[in-house]
Amino acid sequence: MPNFDKILLGHGSGGRLMHDLITDIFIKHFGNKILSEETDSAILPVGSSHMAFTTDSFVIDPLFFPGGNIGKLAVCGTVNDLAVSGAIPLYLSVSFIIEEGLLISDLEKIVESLTAEAKNAGVLIVTGDTKVVNRGKCDKLFINTTGLGSVREEDRFISQARDIRPGDVIIVNGTIGDHGMAILNARESFNFKTTVESDCASLNHLIRSVIEKSAVKFMRDPTRGGVATVLNELAGKIGMGIEIDETAVPVNRGVQAMCEILGFDPLHVANEGKVVIVAAEEKGQEILEILRRDPLGARSAIIGQITGDHAGKVVLKNETGGRRIIDSLSGDQLPRIC
Amino acid sequence: MKWTETSLNEIMKYIEEYRKRDLILSVAEKLKKVSRKEIVLMEVCGGHTMAIHRFGLTSLLPANIKLISGPGCPVCVSSQHYIDQAMAYSRVEGMIITTYGDLIRVPGSTTSLEKERANGSDVRIIYSVLDALEIAKKNPAKNVIFLGIGFETTAPATAAAILQAEKESIGNFFVLSAHKIMPPVMKALVSEGVKIDGFIAPGHVSAITGTAIYNDLADVCRLGVVVSGFEPADMMQAILMLAMQIEGGAPKVEIQYQRVVHREGNKIAQKILTDVFELRDDQWRGLGVIPASGLKIREHFSTFDAEKNFDIEVPASSEPKGCICGKILRGLKTPLDCGLFAKQCTPGDPVGACMVSGEGTCATYYKYRT
Repeated sequence: MPNFDKILLGHGSGGRLMHDLITDIFIKHFGNKILSEETDSAILPVGSSHMAFTTDSFVIDPLFFPGGNIGKLAVCGTVNDLAVSGAIPLYLSVSFIIEEGLLISDLEKIVESLTAEAKNAGVLIVTGDTKVVNRGKCDKLFINTTGLGSVREEDRFISQARDIRPGDVIIVNGTIGDHGMAILNARESFNFKTTVESDCASLNHLIRSVIEKSAVKFMRDPTRGGVATVLNELAGKIGMGIEIDETAVPVNRGVQAMCEILGFDPLHVANEGKVVIVAAEEKGQEILEILRRDPLGARSAIIGQITGDHAGKVVLKNETGGRRIIDSLSGDQLPRIC
Repeated sequence: MKWTETSLNEIMKYIEEYRKRDLILSVAEKLKKVSRKEIVLMEVCGGHTMAIHRFGLTSLLPANIKLISGPGCPVCVSSQHYIDQAMAYSRVEGMIITTYGDLIRVPGSTTSLEKERANGSDVRIIYSVLDALEIAKKNPAKNVIFLGIGFETTAPATAAAILQAEKESIGNFFVLSAHKIMPPVMKALVSEGVKIDGFIAPGHVSAITGTAIYNDLADVCRLGVVVSGFEPADMMQAILMLAMQIEGGAPKVEIQYQRVVHREGNKIAQKILTDVFELRDDQWRGLGVIPASGLKIREHFSTFDAEKNFDIEVPASSEPKGCICGKILRGLKTPLDCGLFAKQCTPGDPVGACMVSGEGTCATYYKYRT
């Protein structure tokens, strides 16, 4: 089949297609040293110190979902991108692209929860923009947020995955797949009457307590593409293998059952309140204890380890003792989940 | 059916019972004691192929038992012509194409539905054929075609939707049927000389059809057939049952999946199926035309048959060069024998249909490669 010259939905799914698009178009043209790090936030030298700078757009459908709405999500997403880069989030900009006909009362509800979440995360919204487009030119409401945070010297390289060694442990701060499944259930007519809710939450306070009290080698928030995609990117970057124990991965029963019915792997499903942490083995228990003290980390678990075997690959040990490679998500599993 | 939190919980409890390591290992032990002959068993259904690889069952089998994958993945066996037909319909002005997800990425001779969508066609992924009916009702000025693929498992739902459309006089709902039935292709493989000593047959097909559809395979072809569930303990037990049949020299049709399947099947679903569909010779990817293996919409319901209502031109179809899907579907080759596998052909950029569907043999081998 000849090469196709148009954008497919899959190009936005956080999987391999999107990765190729970023490399082949964006990095090719924009390419500079800071961008090429491909981290969640750019770490910028400002005077004698460093700032973290990031941006994210939110096009989620539906606007309101169990566990949150697009406003709350727009704060959490950007705050978390700063926090996993080792930054203390300080300021946000918020831009609205609004479709003609949106209910003003809906917009206000969204703005209220955006405000509440910013307060909760301890960030100030200091600038913004509003555009209204004709009906049909966007879907109800799109939001962009850009965030700025300060970075302590000792946290500057957290997102670069330096010093990772075989034996290091991989930790996640709770159940995975809740956001993606909550959204899917709200969008489609499955009639799963379930209490599955989005895990959408600002993790900056939780992350701060971990990096201040212990030692972290790498952090990333597993949003689109899920934990599997984060781990695959990490394995590729450090040129080592990763081994995950399926029975150790925390998954809510409702999420697990929905995944069984629909044929999804929870490791590929999006999260909006989760962080994947890599730390030295001897720090693992200490980090778990710190995480578990916070409600956002109550179900934290060590889910696997870095290994010298199968470089660049993520291997899952399953409940029956079988082993298989877990890839990044390819193509589009769940459209417009953030 | 409404799923409540409790019933989701029950589903998991139910599933976990059949994934217990001790249970699986005890069946494996027994199998090692019972099975002596060198045998080849075919798991016909893509769901079974998935389970075998996901749970690493081949590593638990004695060396004398070999499993091969069969033609039981609906997306994979749909002919290239069918895919090209679907794309030709998608280009018709005012047309909405509704489809189960996997089909959207199957490469046709020149493009795919996913790419047609990017070109401006209205292609929508649905989870139930009833969603297609709803879309038709909401868009009275447009025509809605549902791409009906799958075996006796999904065909009754398509038939029910056609009956519903007739009852509600929904005039803009059409089905492009590539529905197929299971037994003729199994017999075709045997008569073609593919070495098979027994079949692991799909439980959900027999939940609808019952088990009599396989009697010929046991009585005439002298092959064992065990209708199996989809969890690892189910499959290990089905393999044990087949091994015992073969060692005893008495092939027959047995049900392992007794918690779901009854000998007579689901009479209501069977009636709906025969009310709406009749058999026709049908084209299978890689297998050619198999007599009386496809389901055609009966004349009485021709107003819902896409093929009878829209004129389109479909250029001659060509299957991708180097792709050995056909041989894989016949159990003659495995994906590892294919020069394109995991190189030019990956789930992100598939060449053949077997790499697209989640149940396809190539996609399964790719996903669960070690």
